[in-house]
Amino acid sequence: MVELAEQEGMEPVEARKVLGIDVTDQVAVKVEKLDVIYRTSYEKVPTFKSALKRMGKGERVVKEVLALHDVSFEITHGTVLGIVGHNGAGKSTLMRAIAGILPPSAGRIEVHGRISTLLALGVGFNPALSGRENVMLGGLAAGLSREEVNERYQVIADFAELGEFIEMPMRTYSSGMFSRLAFSVAVHMEPDVLIIDEALSAGDAKFKKKAAQKMDELMGQARTMLLVSHALGTIKEMCNDAIWLDHGRLMGRGDPGEMVDAYLHHLDVGDDATAMEDL
Amino acid sequence: MSSTTPTLSANAVERARQSAEVRVFEPHKVGLPPMRRYFKDMWARRSFANELSRAEMRAAQTNTFFGRLWLVINPLLLAAVYFLLVGILSGAALTPTKFAHLLVTLFAFYFVSNCITGGATSVVKGSKLVMNQAFPRALLPMSAVRTALRRFAPTLIVTGAIMVLVHVPLGLGTLMAIPSFLITMVFGAGMAMLFGTLQVYFRDTSAFLPYFVRIWLYLSPVIWTAEDMVGKKFDLPIIKVNPLYPMFVTYNDALIMDKISAPWMWAAASGWALAAFIGGGLYFISREREFSVRL
Repeated sequence: MVELAEQEGMEPVEARKVLGIDVTDQVAVKVEKLDVIYRTSYEKVPTFKSALKRMGKGERVVKEVLALHDVSFEITHGTVLGIVGHNGAGKSTLMRAIAGILPPSAGRIEVHGRISTLLALGVGFNPALSGRENVMLGGLAAGLSREEVNERYQVIADFAELGEFIEMPMRTYSSGMFSRLAFSVAVHMEPDVLIIDEALSAGDAKFKKKAAQKMDELMGQARTMLLVSHALGTIKEMCNDAIWLDHGRLMGRGDPGEMVDAYLHHLDVGDDATAMEDL
Repeated sequence: MSSTTPTLSANAVERARQSAEVRVFEPHKVGLPPMRRYFKDMWARRSFANELSRAEMRAAQTNTFFGRLWLVINPLLLAAVYFLLVGILSGAALTPTKFAHLLVTLFAFYFVSNCITGGATSVVKGSKLVMNQAFPRALLPMSAVRTALRRFAPTLIVTGAIMVLVHVPLGLGTLMAIPSFLITMVFGAGMAMLFGTLQVYFRDTSAFLPYFVRIWLYLSPVIWTAEDMVGKKFDLPIIKVNPLYPMFVTYNDALIMDKISAPWMWAAASGWALAAFIGGGLYFISREREFSVRL
C-alpha cells in the first residue's frame, strides 16, 4: 500500500514527459485535498409524517457520510483514467464531485474544458417527455445553446438507433433504449472531459460493439476520460492511468494493471475470471 | 506506462489549449455557492427553464381532448363555479363589479397557487437531471413559474372581456395592475423555491398543499373584498398580515376601480414579495448541494 502511494505523482509525471506533453499547460482535472461530506437520510421516502413521529421519539435519521477524504491527484488532457475500488469506496461520489454535481466540503477541484457525464444513477431524463425533448433539455442544462443541440441532434438520434421511438414519451422505452440514448448523448456532446460511471454495458451485443468503437474513436482524439467500472478487464484494456479508492481514501495511483492487481490483492480474491468480468 | 497507452495527437493538444473554460469547484461559503457565477449560469441557461416548461405543457396537453383550448376553458369553468358558489348559493348580492373583482383576483390567486404546486414538485420531478448534471437548480422552480405564467396568460382574455362587459372605469390607475402583478410574480417565485425545497425533505408536502392552498384562498380577498369586511366579525388585523392581502387589494383597486392604492399597501406588497423571494431563494440555494444525495 505504502509502495503504491509513493508512486503517486511520480509515475504520471514521468509518463507525460515521455509523451512530450507540457504537464502544467495541459491539466484536465486537478483534485486537491478533496473532502466530500454529505448528510443523508436513512429513510426511503422522507415525509412530514415520519418527521413528526421521530420528533416524538427523539430519533434522528440523518447521518453524515464522509465519502471522500484527502484525495489529491491531477490528470492531463488525453488521459483515460480508471477508478477502481469496492462498493461504497467513493468512486461515484468522486465522479459527481468532478462533474460539479456534489461540490467539495473541503479542498478544490479544477476542471479544464467541457464535462459530459454518463452516470450510473440513472439518466437525466423525464419519462413523460419524448426522446427528442429529453435530448434538448439535457443539452440545454449542460450549457449548450439550442442551435448547438440541434446540430448534434441527428447524429445522436442515429447513433442510438431508436427509429420512431425518438418522438415517443420515454416511459415507452425499454431499458436498452434508455441506455443507448444516454450513451449517445454523453459521447456526442463533444466533451473535453467525459465521465463514465458503470455505464458501458449499454444495449445488446451489437450496440456494445458500436459503443466500444465510439470509445476507441474518442480515445483516438485524446479526449480525457474518467472511467468507473467493476469490470476490471475494461479498466485494464481501456485506461492508461488508474487510481484506487478504498473507504474514501486514495490508496494508489499508477498503471491500470498494477492498480487492478493491487486492488484484487487487497480484496484477496485473486485474478480469477469472475473478478475480471464483473466484481 | 503500459503498452495500451493511447497516443496523443496534435489535435488533442490543440483542443486542450482551446478548452479555455475552467471550472473550479470549492467548498460553499456559509452553505452558498458563489452567487455571481450562480446567477450568470442561470441566465446563460435560461432557455433550459423555458424549454422544460414548454415540454411539460405539451406533455400535459397531449393527454386531453381539448388540448391547448383547456387553457381558456379552465378559467371560464372556474368563473362559472364561483358564480354559482358566491352568487347563488351564498345568497349574497353579487353585483357585476363584485363578480369582476372575484374573477380577476381568482385568476391571480390561481397563478400563485400554480407557482406553489408546480414549484413544489419541480425539483423532485427533475431528480434524474439533478443527479446527473451540474446546473443552477433554481432553474427548476423558475421553470414552474414560467408554466404558471403561461397558464395565467389566457385568463387575461376573460379578464378583458368581463372588464368591458361590466364597464369598469379605465384610466391611469388601471395600469397599476402591471406592477401589482409583477410584485405577485416575485412572491410566487419565492414560494416556488420554498416549496420546491420542502418537497425534497418532506415528500408528502404536495399532499398537504391542496388544503393549504384552499384555506389560503378563503383567507385572501378573493371571494370577499376588503370593503365587505368593514365592521364584520372577521375584520381582524390578522387578515391583513396575509401576504396576498396587499397584493390583491392593489390589483383589484387598479383593475376594477381605476384607483391607486395607499402607499402602505404597495410597501406591504413589495416587502412580502422581496422577503419571500430572498428568503425562499436563499433557503433553496443553500440546500441545493444536498439535493443530489437526497433525491
